[in-house]
Amino acid sequence: MQYNWKGCVPTVWDTVFPYLLSGISVGGQYALIAIGYTMVYGILRLINFAHGDVFMVAGIVMVYIAASGLPLWLCIPLVLLITVGIGFLIERVAYKPLRSAPRMSVMISAIGVSYTLQNLVLYITGGLNKQYPTIPWISETVVIGPAKTKLVTVVTPFLVILLVFALVTLINKTKIGMAMRAVSKDFETSQLMGIKINNVISATFIIGSFLAGVGSVLYFTNYPTVIQTSGAMPGLKAFVAAVFGGIGSIPGAVIGAFIIGVMENIIKGLDVILFKAGITSGPLGLATFSDAFTFALLIIILVVKPTGLFGEKVTDKV
Amino acid sequence: MKTTKSKAPMIVTIVVIAAIYAAVFIAEQILPPTSMLFTVLKKGATYALVAVSMNLLNGFTGIFSLGQAGFMLIGAYVYGIFTIPLEARPQVYQYFDGGLVQFTVPLVIAMIFSGLAAAFFAFLIGLPVLRLKSDYLAIATLGFAEIIRAIFQWNGLGPVTNGSNMLRSFPTFNDFNITDGQGNVTVYLSTLVPFIMSGVCILLIVLLIHSSYGRALKAIRDDEVAAEAMGINLAHHKRLAFCVSSFFAGVGGAMLAMYQTTVQAKSFTSAMTYEILLIVVIGGIGSVTGSVLSSFLFVACSEWWLRFLDEKQMIGDFEVPLLRNGFRLVVFSLIIMIVVLFFRRGIMGDRELWDLKFSGKERKRRAKE
Repeated sequence: MQYNWKGCVPTVWDTVFPYLLSGISVGGQYALIAIGYTMVYGILRLINFAHGDVFMVAGIVMVYIAASGLPLWLCIPLVLLITVGIGFLIERVAYKPLRSAPRMSVMISAIGVSYTLQNLVLYITGGLNKQYPTIPWISETVVIGPAKTKLVTVVTPFLVILLVFALVTLINKTKIGMAMRAVSKDFETSQLMGIKINNVISATFIIGSFLAGVGSVLYFTNYPTVIQTSGAMPGLKAFVAAVFGGIGSIPGAVIGAFIIGVMENIIKGLDVILFKAGITSGPLGLATFSDAFTFALLIIILVVKPTGLFGEKVTDKV
Repeated sequence: MKTTKSKAPMIVTIVVIAAIYAAVFIAEQILPPTSMLFTVLKKGATYALVAVSMNLLNGFTGIFSLGQAGFMLIGAYVYGIFTIPLEARPQVYQYFDGGLVQFTVPLVIAMIFSGLAAAFFAFLIGLPVLRLKSDYLAIATLGFAEIIRAIFQWNGLGPVTNGSNMLRSFPTFNDFNITDGQGNVTVYLSTLVPFIMSGVCILLIVLLIHSSYGRALKAIRDDEVAAEAMGINLAHHKRLAFCVSSFFAGVGGAMLAMYQTTVQAKSFTSAMTYEILLIVVIGGIGSVTGSVLSSFLFVACSEWWLRFLDEKQMIGDFEVPLLRNGFRLVVFSLIIMIVVLFFRRGIMGDRELWDLKFSGKERKRRAKE
């Protein structure tokens, strides 16, 4: 008979716990990306398809900066700075000229930016997997109960809560935050009230890219290879999280991201869990559905409650 | 409408298209079959059909759907499942005891099955999804394509879909060539047949667009509320457009399977949908001719004309900087961004071949197909 960490007979919980833990961690990383989606959508009513790729580019930039031999404590702020710059540039180049265009054009432009970023990274890396540098401290292995994991798994949720708290304070207490709230309520009226709309939009993209940069440091410490397509799936999932939580709502995005991260990882381990619990006798290959589940959830939430968990009811006027 | 217009543009259009088909046929007999031209033409014909089917939704009905890759996947798989010869099945389905389906159907019927299967799934997914508005619909259809991709890769369905392994050995475009007894090709048809396939499908779509249904779809695109007030059944027409578009995306998927000679679910990513969307945008949202033209341009640029950017080039003793593997795609995406940002109407805007004034210069334009 095998014994678990407490010296008792292993329970189902011992099997579930590691998946739960990594789910919370991935959820936190999705949350940081999802905030970028939800803020941009709140203000511009635009699904910024390129946001996932900004996240990926942050990873690639880190790979190259770390390879140049700079000390690591300098690398991370530099990466965040560059990511913010990229986010700012994308908005100025690809979205600003289309401000009066139909929404579909802007969305197509976003898809174009995503395509461009992926191809640019493909060109720079030659399409090879790049090894993400090991960041000391958060890469250390820790043992929590029945699970053995990297310290980043534990740090992520706390860091996310801290950042979200800071962000909510920024939005509720500062002048630029007030401007953001006004713009997301009514674009044109706030313009008439003298809000410099372009500055507000730029600020939104800067905050979103900054958080995506932080997210990329955490995410790629867990999954340490970066390739031009690494941003697509986390990006889409983070978007689903934003919709799930109610697009435009920051706490909604964070809670949605945690739910999706946990569910996804539980499904990844469902074969093992069901087997250990004695429900099934062999593998069912359910891990294939961990991505599909997220999208099934999206379709269900869109049909049942399109405004998401915390979204405000919006009515279209004719 | 037809009575007020002269018949001349229509006749010219038909002549131009016939000339192109003839040119394709002759070129295929003369030029070596390995020429890059034929790769471009085959893939272009396939993409043309898929792009037009997407345009039917995005350009003519105003439904912003991003599920195209999913429907193509369904079409490609259905085609493969029904056409792999029985003797090849034990090899293809080596992990699943030769597979569950133990019969084949003729190629054309398999293609129709492809379309029907895609349309059926479109009907199912359309029930909840078509109630959504613009960007929510886009993201829901995108999610649906990802779900389909996961389902087809699931080992539980392995006896039918071969799990995550590829399907192969089904008839491809090269099987359309007519051979004599020794296996030497006497008449090359491997490019003409895909042209005919996608030509027929595109013709059907054009006929639909010009019917009363098509006018209803355009009305929905221009103003949903007004269209409804005029007595157009929104749900019915949207569902119709969605199913028809998916039908042809399915057929296009079957053609893609023939072009690629193998099918694997993991290659039908959302990146494929984005590519097709960009083709539609470059051609002009709401123009069938534009979509067809830009499919060929897109494929030719990405597979052929811009290839030189991927290799080292010397001008005298001077080595041109930056050129190496992948540069082609960078230049290509920049061109696309320029089109998206500054030439939003694309090549054709919403005009068609038969709307053009046939002055001497424009007659020489590369035309539909």
